[in-house]
Amino acid sequence: MDMSEAIVLCGSAIGAGLAMIAGIGPGIGEGYAVGKACEAIARQPEASGAVTRTMFVGCAVAESTGIYGLIIALLLIFLKPFT
Amino acid sequence: MAMMAIPECLQGPEQLSVTGPKVIFSFELFGTTVNFTETVILEWIVMAIILGGCAFLTHNLKVRGVSKRQAIAEMAVEAITNLVRDTMGKRWLWFTPYIASIFCFSIFGSLISLLGFRAVTSDFSVLLTWAAMTFALITWTKLKFGGVGGYLKGFADPIPVMLPINILSEISTPTAMALRHFGNIAGGSIIMGLIYFGLTSLSHMIGMQGAWLSIGIPAVLSLYFDLFSDFMQAFIFVMLTMVFISNAGPQEDADGA
Repeated sequence: MDMSEAIVLCGSAIGAGLAMIAGIGPGIGEGYAVGKACEAIARQPEASGAVTRTMFVGCAVAESTGIYGLIIALLLIFLKPFT
Repeated sequence: MAMMAIPECLQGPEQLSVTGPKVIFSFELFGTTVNFTETVILEWIVMAIILGGCAFLTHNLKVRGVSKRQAIAEMAVEAITNLVRDTMGKRWLWFTPYIASIFCFSIFGSLISLLGFRAVTSDFSVLLTWAAMTFALITWTKLKFGGVGGYLKGFADPIPVMLPINILSEISTPTAMALRHFGNIAGGSIIMGLIYFGLTSLSHMIGMQGAWLSIGIPAVLSLYFDLFSDFMQAFIFVMLTMVFISNAGPQEDADGA
């Protein structure tokens, strides 16, 4: 392995790690959403079905930024687009 | 003591490789190469499973003296009808078959990975196709309820300066839906592959002859990455489809008619 390829691989690995910092946002956001959903269910247990459904959809939407980060990281590690 | 020979299948993966679906054959059509991948074959298998299941559950239906088989079919149909009614409202009830087929296809397409195949839903083109169908339905709903003028006017809502942002959000809706499903399933399968590979290396490292550590232990994680995540993503995909389509039409009356 020559020097330039090694540098590219090293950069890809660091970039993949940096891309996964995107996981922080969805983590905080989903935790917040689930906490609020628990409060809502505690207040109105009869609405638990609707609250849970809405919460899951909201979580899925909040998750998408984390998924983008994951896809970028996987691309960098496994497909190695810059080598 | 004579060393027992370890069969090939217990050696575990030699190296980890992540590739797209295998191309069975490809042909030229109008100057572009059309690839016929294993995803297509697995999709036909999934379709056959779903069709067979439906035919098995619904043949010989009766009004009285309901059999167990018919009770299961009725339960499934009722569950999905209730879901559509609660999410979209009564007037969208005719959407139920589309939602049910996407739901079944997504679940069985993901669960086929439990049989050792590549999951249909870890191919991005499959998800992009479904998202494109949803996009077409959203556009059709907007055109139906608002007319061409109303549809075009919706892009300049609330002020014409928002035009680029509205176009961007229109495009990002199906893209995000497809990427979310794909990212979850493909990411899960890659993580499972890493776990199998890691456990294989570990069991070779501590002096075992075969990959004994990778028997049983990954099943716990597979519960999340294969079963839970598959059901969740199928549910979320159809939920988002329903929400986007019913939001494209006019809002319902207060009495829910």
